[in-house]
Amino acid sequence: MRSINLSLQFTIKFLFIIHLLSVNFVYAGSKQTINIAYLTQEQKVPPPMSNLDAFIKDKGIWGAELATDDNNTTGQFTGQQFVLKKFIVPLDGNVIDTFNKAIGDQYPYVVVNLPSDAINSIADLPAAKQKLLFDVASIDDVLRNEQCRHNVLHLLPNRAMRADALAQYMMKKRWNKWFLVIGATEEDRLFADALRRAAKRFGMKIVEEKTWEHTYDARRTAQSDVAVFSQVDDYDVLVVADEQGRFGEYLEYRTWNARPVIGTQGLIATAWHRTHEQWGSVQIQNRFKEQAGRWMEEQDYAAYLAVRAVGEAATRTQSTEVNRLKAYMLSDAFALQGYKGNPLSFRSWDGQLRQPVLLAAPRSLVAVAPIEGFLHPKTELDTLGYDQAESTCKWSQ
Amino acid sequence: MRNTFVSGNAYGTDLSRPLAQWATKVAPTAVFAILSMAFVANAQAETLFVTLEKDNALAVVDPIAGKLIKTVGIGQRPRGIVISPDNKFLYVATSDDNTIQIIDAETLKVVGQLPSGDDPETFAINAAGDRLYVSNEDDSLVTVIDIADKKVVKQIKVGVEPEGITASPDNRWVVSASETTNMVHWIDPKTNTIVENTLVDPRPRSLGFTADSQQLWVTSEMAGTLMVLDVNTKQIIKTIPFDVQGVTRDKIQPVGVVIDKDSKRGYVALGPANRVAVINAQTFEVESYLLVGQRVWNLAFSPDQKRLYTTNGTSNDISIIDLDSQKVTKSVGVGNYPWGVAVKP
Repeated sequence: MRSINLSLQFTIKFLFIIHLLSVNFVYAGSKQTINIAYLTQEQKVPPPMSNLDAFIKDKGIWGAELATDDNNTTGQFTGQQFVLKKFIVPLDGNVIDTFNKAIGDQYPYVVVNLPSDAINSIADLPAAKQKLLFDVASIDDVLRNEQCRHNVLHLLPNRAMRADALAQYMMKKRWNKWFLVIGATEEDRLFADALRRAAKRFGMKIVEEKTWEHTYDARRTAQSDVAVFSQVDDYDVLVVADEQGRFGEYLEYRTWNARPVIGTQGLIATAWHRTHEQWGSVQIQNRFKEQAGRWMEEQDYAAYLAVRAVGEAATRTQSTEVNRLKAYMLSDAFALQGYKGNPLSFRSWDGQLRQPVLLAAPRSLVAVAPIEGFLHPKTELDTLGYDQAESTCKWSQ
Repeated sequence: MRNTFVSGNAYGTDLSRPLAQWATKVAPTAVFAILSMAFVANAQAETLFVTLEKDNALAVVDPIAGKLIKTVGIGQRPRGIVISPDNKFLYVATSDDNTIQIIDAETLKVVGQLPSGDDPETFAINAAGDRLYVSNEDDSLVTVIDIADKKVVKQIKVGVEPEGITASPDNRWVVSASETTNMVHWIDPKTNTIVENTLVDPRPRSLGFTADSQQLWVTSEMAGTLMVLDVNTKQIIKTIPFDVQGVTRDKIQPVGVVIDKDSKRGYVALGPANRVAVINAQTFEVESYLLVGQRVWNLAFSPDQKRLYTTNGTSNDISIIDLDSQKVTKSVGVGNYPWGVAVKP
């Protein structure tokens, strides 16, 4: 009961602030311009894992483009113009140089679609100190904790949020005994850490843990490899950590015992999915496809939200000033519509976007976390990932 | 027993509830009263037309008898529906055909089509009955159609994902709400231009004027609120949050809104919360939440305003609310995904 009251109080406070900010617009004066940079680097085409999914080289960009269009549609009524400038560094180029030389002082807002290790090298540059960076690619927990930066906001759910979302669903299904299967990469080990943390938080039990050491060209041998590999003590569900998809797809239907597969394959936790159609998302799926000619990927969704966050803050504050917009984005008043039911907002303690996490099978949306019944005194969305008390981010200093 | 039924919350997830259960749970006296009314009240019999989004059909319902009379095939994915002020024609947006069908309200034959722009969903008719205003959600446009000429008069650029639209009874305003821009746009129907914009709570969904055209009520799907705007200042004068015990906040998604002609009470459909909120239109207090079918979307009064009809998207029925007793008296199965409802006296 207490939690309901608190959340109601929070709601009322939030609505009150929104109400104070209600403004009418009869636009006549000169335009404010908001410059946003989009920084990414070309990627090497990885060796194909499967013939089904073609490599998409422009993940992210179309999301930023669509959000800029949306911002400008709103801007025509509020006298604000949003300009998106793309900086695509070639494969052999240097992103630091591009940031220092090309992005310069003109762009206070930078959407960064780069691998995890590049984010902080950019954030720590003197030229980035007075900017606000939007990380639309990383899912690392450490970037939201010890390695957090005051000038970086993170749009995608981190590994801990994903693992918690999966754990909530498994708890609901009473799949309490997990068989954890981990790939050989560092990323797989990090996701396994997040899954162990989630198991502990939600009282689940990892009854067996194994690293995949068989071949990755499992097309030939999966039937026998997986059957042998999965002869372990009884478990309810196989939880797999294979972020690159090197072997995870071969587990389903081939395990010794008939058990569901969940994690990075089978039922996955994701910020966005093509099967998602609730809360008006059919509209953005359609609008995106019309523009990009393909489905919206996670990075597109993240880049969309990043640019929309700037737009929403600029509309409500009627300002273009980076500190003002940042303060607004981190305040209780900020509410971003992300086509996932609950309004989205940033966690003030680590800059992570709090958001529902979709649990999706390849052709069906299975659930949306937080799963009903997981309560939180402030917002149920904070049952996913690092809550304020658990965070080791000290970015306010 | 009836009380538990109305305020219970376990019912919310039961998809397979057969119609018969309603009848046994609603007090038998109420059923009897309705049935007997059917015999005496034929003279004032009214007809409901309900669009069935997934059946590509129109359901015709006798609400007094509480019966589905027939189902008539219509274009692809019918959603928005309005009846002309003279009650002679129905206009139905068949979204996947990208048109608005004109249907003779007596014969139920399609007698013409209106050029609606792409993917029409929601639209409004003005009080004079000569203009339709259509939201084109994917193109951020409002299309103005001259009904007699069957021609587009103008396309007005509005915010991103326009959805709710309504015309004021005094013919002075057409208001369009854009869901992603979070604004309501005030359009002057004389010039077909936007003259003012009001920033509102996230994902404004549906709009309704009071009968005196002095207030505009706006629902916000994402904040779970109802906002009351003063038409003269175009400012929000009251924001009303909804809080249904036992229902999580993300399920409270206010959609359709109507206000009775005396401005005594307003009603808001709360979507997957499966409730209709009853609001005192004078004090703006929420008086009660009435349990109806699942994913309640749109609302319409009976001509005498003694009843309220709701379309319930996922339980495939309509609910009938008796407004004197403020009780849900009946549900009528109509077909798959009932979306909009229009009433012919």
